[in-house]
Amino acid sequence: METEKLNLWYGDHQALKNITMTIPARQVTALIGPSGCGKSTFLRTLNRMNDLIPGVCIEGKILYQGKEVYAPTVDVTVLRRQIGMVFQKANPFPMSIYDNVAYGPRLHGVHTRTELDEIVETSLRSAAIWDEVKDRLKTGALRLSVGQQQRLCIARALAVEPEVLLMDESTSALDPISTAKIEELIGQLKYRYTVVMVTHNMQQAARVSDQTAFFLMGELVEWGKTDQIFHAPRHRKTADYVSGRFG
Amino acid sequence: MKNRKTLERGIHILFLLCGIVSVAFVLFISLYLIVSGVPAIRTIGLKAFLLGEVWNAGNAQFGILPFILTSLYGTAGAVVLGVPVGILTAVFLAKAAPAGIARVIHTAVELLAGIPSVVYGLVGMIVLVPGIQKLFGLSSGACLLSAMVVLAIMILPSIISVSETALRAVPPEYEEGSLALGATKMETWFRLSIRAARSGIVTSVVLGIGRAIGEAMAIIMVSGNVANMPSLFTSVRFLTTAIASEMSYAAYGSLQRQALYSIGLVLFLFIMLINGFLNTVVKRKEI
Repeated sequence: METEKLNLWYGDHQALKNITMTIPARQVTALIGPSGCGKSTFLRTLNRMNDLIPGVCIEGKILYQGKEVYAPTVDVTVLRRQIGMVFQKANPFPMSIYDNVAYGPRLHGVHTRTELDEIVETSLRSAAIWDEVKDRLKTGALRLSVGQQQRLCIARALAVEPEVLLMDESTSALDPISTAKIEELIGQLKYRYTVVMVTHNMQQAARVSDQTAFFLMGELVEWGKTDQIFHAPRHRKTADYVSGRFG
Repeated sequence: MKNRKTLERGIHILFLLCGIVSVAFVLFISLYLIVSGVPAIRTIGLKAFLLGEVWNAGNAQFGILPFILTSLYGTAGAVVLGVPVGILTAVFLAKAAPAGIARVIHTAVELLAGIPSVVYGLVGMIVLVPGIQKLFGLSSGACLLSAMVVLAIMILPSIISVSETALRAVPPEYEEGSLALGATKMETWFRLSIRAARSGIVTSVVLGIGRAIGEAMAIIMVSGNVANMPSLFTSVRFLTTAIASEMSYAAYGSLQRQALYSIGLVLFLFIMLINGFLNTVVKRKEI
């Protein structure tokens, strides 16, 4: 995916300024920066979730597979199916584990039992939660622990076979063990999916990502290989932030 | 200090007494209904009373099956007609409606809730009854169908407002999650929001059923008030309207009057049963 001179306003407030960057396929890209810097906003423009907020105005280009994401001919539902999303707060639906994972496929026309069973199993396996829930697929998803709920949400996102997975601080509400599980999971997912993750946790960005982008006050200060950003940043502000001098 | 403490205690006791009042009334009404309703059933026989198809006070025939079935059919009909309209309105108001339109509909719904039932009956009698008579070519439009329509309109306000509140309480994270999976807004509302708001929506339907089964005034004016076995186009009499229409001329101490008390008891038990049943069903399905 690529963005070119992307600007975004919430009413009068400009939340993104001239963002131009490339998100390489089948890699993990981490977006870091202090609160309110625009990284989550940027993430949500990629699958057009910002469309839902009244008063948003967007300028510039986002290209996904060479096609303009904000072109009027784009079917948003198809786009969101290709570009899945996992949220900050685990948001399993109030239904069974099975129905949660099957929700997306059913939406897109899969109804036969055997097909659904297969999709549910593969998705739960891919999200590394199958072994924990395989004997209780019919129980309510809200009975799972928060860490399990978040992995269920990942499984639910994978069930519609996306190509890109956006993760919006998806581990910030989790305990260290659950976080470690999800980080490990991301490490496996990148072989099949393009992962873009927003994180507050710089160690996490350093551990998990291949590429890092640093946002500040709506501007993209610097982006590049994670190693370079953390060890040889080109900008003073980046250096200050990754070394913990502010943020 | 001492004075304030006594005052506190006094007020506490006052509150407790106020709380006890409603409990006392429920107990009193239940007890009274049982005491006054049982003798007639004993005289007539439970089976003859509940399953008898003929109600003819002059002939000492007191079978209330026509009333029971009429009440059940009438309520079911009101639910079938009113619930879909009510839920769709609630979805529209909670999710889709622009603020201006929503305000207009809100006001209308509130007014609808405030209209006295006798006015519903009046309008039904003047407009609906002749309308149905012409539409279906009947000799009289005062029939079960008219009553169903009136009841359906009467239960709309409670269904709309309670369902709307429940739908508004669905966490936005659920809907975001659904949209992010590529669902349209419609798909999200109908596959997820309604499901997530289920317990509130069922509560609204229970309230609606309670109102429909207990209504007398509006339907006595449009249903013809004849003790027939119910069908859509015949004049019928409900459990409620049977009591209301005969109580004034049933002689004191007569079996007829006692049988009317018994109808009250049956009605009371019906409402208890329906509430209990629906509540347990909803609770069990809750995840």
